[in-house]
Amino acid sequence: MDIKPGDPYDIDGACFNAEMYVKKVLKESNLKQVIDHEREIHQDIQSLHSDMQTLVYENYNKFILATDTIGKMKNDFKSLEEDMESLLFKMDEITNTSEIITSSLHANRDEISKLSETHTLLKRLEFVYTLPTTLNKLLIKGDYAQVVQEYLHAQRVLTQYGNQESLKGILNDCNKIVNELKKILYSHLRDKDITGKELTKSVNLLLQLDEPVLSLCKEFLLHSKKCLLESLNVLQLQVEDINQDMIEFIDLGSDTFLSQLCLVIASFNDMFVENLSKNDENEETEISINQLNVFVEDNMIRYLEIVQCYIDRNTSDTAILVRALDRFYRKIQAIGKLFSYKDFTLNVMEIISSAARRQTKLHLDMLKAHFHDKLATVRQSLVSLQKLNDNGFATESLASLTSDVIEKIKGILQDISAFLDPKVSFSTNNALRKTISVDYVRESLVVGFLHYLSSAARSYTICIPCPPAFLFLIMTKMCLEFQISGVGHLLKLVDETYEINKYFETKNKNSSQLSSEVELASDMHSAAQHLVNYYVRVEGLSISQMLKKSVETRDWLHSLEPRTVRAVMKRVVEEITSVDSQVGELFEEGLRTDRSSDSSRRTQMSRHIRAWSTGGTATNTQTFSAINRLFSERIDIFSPVQFSRVSITTGIIKISLKTLLECVRLRTFNRYGLQQVQVDIHYLQLYLWRFVSDENLVHLLLDEILSSSVHRCLNPVLMEPSVVEIICERG
Amino acid sequence: MSNNIMSNNPLIYGVEFQARSLCSLHAESDQDCFLIGTQSLITSNNQVHLVKLQEETNTLCPQIYEHSCGEIWSLASSPTDKCLITTCYASIERDCEKFTALWRLPENDGHLENVITFPTEKYGTDVKVTTFHPTNDAYMCSVIDNNIVMWDVGESEVKIVCTAVLDGKGQPRFTTGKWNPQSANLQFVTADDCNIKAWDLRTQTKIAWSLDGVHTQIIRDFDFNPNRQYYMATCGDDGYSKFWDIRNPRQPLISRADHSHWIWSLRYNPVHDELIGTASSDGQVLITCLTGISSSAVENEDIKTKSSIEDKIIATCDQHEDSVYCVEWSSADSWILASLSYDGRLLLNKVPKDEQLRILL
Repeated sequence: MDIKPGDPYDIDGACFNAEMYVKKVLKESNLKQVIDHEREIHQDIQSLHSDMQTLVYENYNKFILATDTIGKMKNDFKSLEEDMESLLFKMDEITNTSEIITSSLHANRDEISKLSETHTLLKRLEFVYTLPTTLNKLLIKGDYAQVVQEYLHAQRVLTQYGNQESLKGILNDCNKIVNELKKILYSHLRDKDITGKELTKSVNLLLQLDEPVLSLCKEFLLHSKKCLLESLNVLQLQVEDINQDMIEFIDLGSDTFLSQLCLVIASFNDMFVENLSKNDENEETEISINQLNVFVEDNMIRYLEIVQCYIDRNTSDTAILVRALDRFYRKIQAIGKLFSYKDFTLNVMEIISSAARRQTKLHLDMLKAHFHDKLATVRQSLVSLQKLNDNGFATESLASLTSDVIEKIKGILQDISAFLDPKVSFSTNNALRKTISVDYVRESLVVGFLHYLSSAARSYTICIPCPPAFLFLIMTKMCLEFQISGVGHLLKLVDETYEINKYFETKNKNSSQLSSEVELASDMHSAAQHLVNYYVRVEGLSISQMLKKSVETRDWLHSLEPRTVRAVMKRVVEEITSVDSQVGELFEEGLRTDRSSDSSRRTQMSRHIRAWSTGGTATNTQTFSAINRLFSERIDIFSPVQFSRVSITTGIIKISLKTLLECVRLRTFNRYGLQQVQVDIHYLQLYLWRFVSDENLVHLLLDEILSSSVHRCLNPVLMEPSVVEIICERG
Repeated sequence: MSNNIMSNNPLIYGVEFQARSLCSLHAESDQDCFLIGTQSLITSNNQVHLVKLQEETNTLCPQIYEHSCGEIWSLASSPTDKCLITTCYASIERDCEKFTALWRLPENDGHLENVITFPTEKYGTDVKVTTFHPTNDAYMCSVIDNNIVMWDVGESEVKIVCTAVLDGKGQPRFTTGKWNPQSANLQFVTADDCNIKAWDLRTQTKIAWSLDGVHTQIIRDFDFNPNRQYYMATCGDDGYSKFWDIRNPRQPLISRADHSHWIWSLRYNPVHDELIGTASSDGQVLITCLTGISSSAVENEDIKTKSSIEDKIIATCDQHEDSVYCVEWSSADSWILASLSYDGRLLLNKVPKDEQLRILL
């Protein structure tokens, strides 16, 4: 049976309900259980009963003891009452006596307190009187802080009683000493050997002495300036030293100048700015901050100038330069945190930018020099090399001028990209990135070099003395290579390496600010055209010279019957053959018009000769040639040269033949003179057609030469074509 | 002057013989007149054509004079007398040796009146040119082989005033010669091979100044800037025309290679000296405008600074079908340039209207 406390079924609980309990027992238990339970309860009752009897017996004894004690106490209280009465009486007596004493002593007390007051005052006066000597002692000991403390302590009193003669003297003495102290402290300010801490201390003391803040600021800054100037001078000396490592220089700058400057700024802030702002002296705070600003700016600008000067003078590896600039930038940034009134990082950016510009310019100069060297080498070997038919030479020279140069530019692009390395602190500046990428690298370096290349190539045409003609051909090819692939390749390279397109949002803008590939390529093309024209002109003129001399020096009026082709014609053909093979090394064959067959060539030639032979007189031949010209298409003799072997050689031949024509027109011929020309021309006819794009052109020019000679002949009788052929074949 | 002559539509006059000599009739300042000398091996065929531009009808009207003593290699007209001309000529009959003579143009067609045949035999056989002194009627000068001979024709008889000889290796010869119009003295300037030499004829053989080796091939012609002291131009077989300040003979002011073959003739415009006419055996005649080195640049600083940009060819005449050997500006209308090609075609071109305006304004 579970029984909870407070349960009415709990037989030991307070709330026990006998009736409910019995009912419950009767309800829940069978007879045997009830009888057992009854017996249990009965036993419990009996044991409880005996317990109660024991308790009552024990407590009875205690009651008897308590009654005895109370009886004893009744007797003691009677004597205590008597003692209390006698005490009361004696207390009254004491009170009376004390009153008597107090009244008798009252008169003396005032006097005593007066005396003790006088005593303390005297002690203080003694301090004041000894003050000058104390101060002096302290001053000599060098304990300036104590001096100031003592002085300030006494000052209030002294100023209060300053009108009294005796104190006036003391005050004067003290002031004198303090003035001396001030002098010493000021001298500290001017002393350049003093450490920062001592200086700060001195300034603090001076401040406590109520010196004018602003003039102190000035003194302080003046002193700091001296120190900084010293460091600056040291740096300035380093500028001259070319062997100095750049990183070392920057480190030296930050270790000496910058850390000093930081110290100055920090102590200035501590001493003046904070003190003043604490005292709510806004105006003075502002003035002192202004002073600091001017000071810092002056010095920083000097420093930046020196650094700029150093960087401008010293050439170094780009990697080292970038590292040095990186450190420099970080340092200045750190100062910016300390000194927030002006941001010097902008100036540093300028320095970095100018360093980058200078570096690209140096590279450009080197590149130009490299190109010039290569060109000079080629030129040198052209002069020394007599035989140009050495196959490798032309392609090798070309490679040294194109792919080598391109490789070199690649290297430079890689080198300069160190400026934009994300690890470098200043590389995050977008404007700087843009300036370096777009303005310096792309436009100045790459585009600048390409422009230089074309203009240098062009400039060779006015070079005196004239370089070997083949050089022009090599340079022509070089320009063409750049036009076709080099320009595009380089621009693509730079655009990719430097992410040029990032800086330009639309295509449209792109074209306006960047030099385009098309533009550069066309520049190259026009340089190539210029050079090839010049080559043709030079070669043409040199062959012309041969022809001219040969016509001018001969007495055509008294010629003998021709037996052979004149030697000069053979030389001309040889020369043209060699030029043609040179050109062939570098240039493609090019387009030709269809050739007539050998036999038709022969008949054409014979037809002309027959026409003249039968006609006989000058007027007839003139009419003939006029009619001939009428029916043949007008051929532009001096059409522009194209970049092919045929076109170049054709150009040279045209100039040469035109020269021959002009020379012939200046002379007068006898019959055999004319026939000699006829033989020569036939010889040229036999050999020159193979070099030209359109053989009709050669025919036309040769016809004109012959017709002009006929015209200038006193007795124009031509030779039998078969005889001419025999002479020519004989050699 | 009629405006119908445009550069793209030149007036044409044809001579039936070949010709390589042309000169403007310098003394005639009212009408545009040009003289042409023909070249024919048949001695008696040769003529001098005086071509006049008729303003009213805008046509060219010729007067033809017989020159039956030989083919004409060069021609010059007197700067003061409309009727006096000189020719240098050769004839088969005299073994193609060249001679020179002073002629008077008759009133009407007919034979030229021979005034003087100069006694050149003892100086050589190749007479290049005989020129009139720009101011003094009496003085003339001939260039023969390697000799300069100065004549005085003031009296009835011709007198030799002085001579100068070019000596050197390899038998040097003069190409042409001209009085220096910029010099008040008797200074005669010659071209030989690649050199220009100025001879002071008062002291016989003294060379006043020279431009040596200034072309890579022979110098064909040269001319003096009529309005700017010390400035001159040369041209030659290397196809270059070069412009000089003779005080600096090392470096030309400008060097141009506009032609593709020899340049035979070069002339400053007598009034607007920024205009230069050149003729070449590539068959082209060019008018080039060189503002920077013109006399107007001296007065106007602005022009000087922008000069090099504005140097350009302002007119190309390609209507000749043969080599062009001569150009001459008209003495009357300075905008007209005459050119003569070997086939005997004379063209009168005019400076384009807009270029005229640009120069005048």
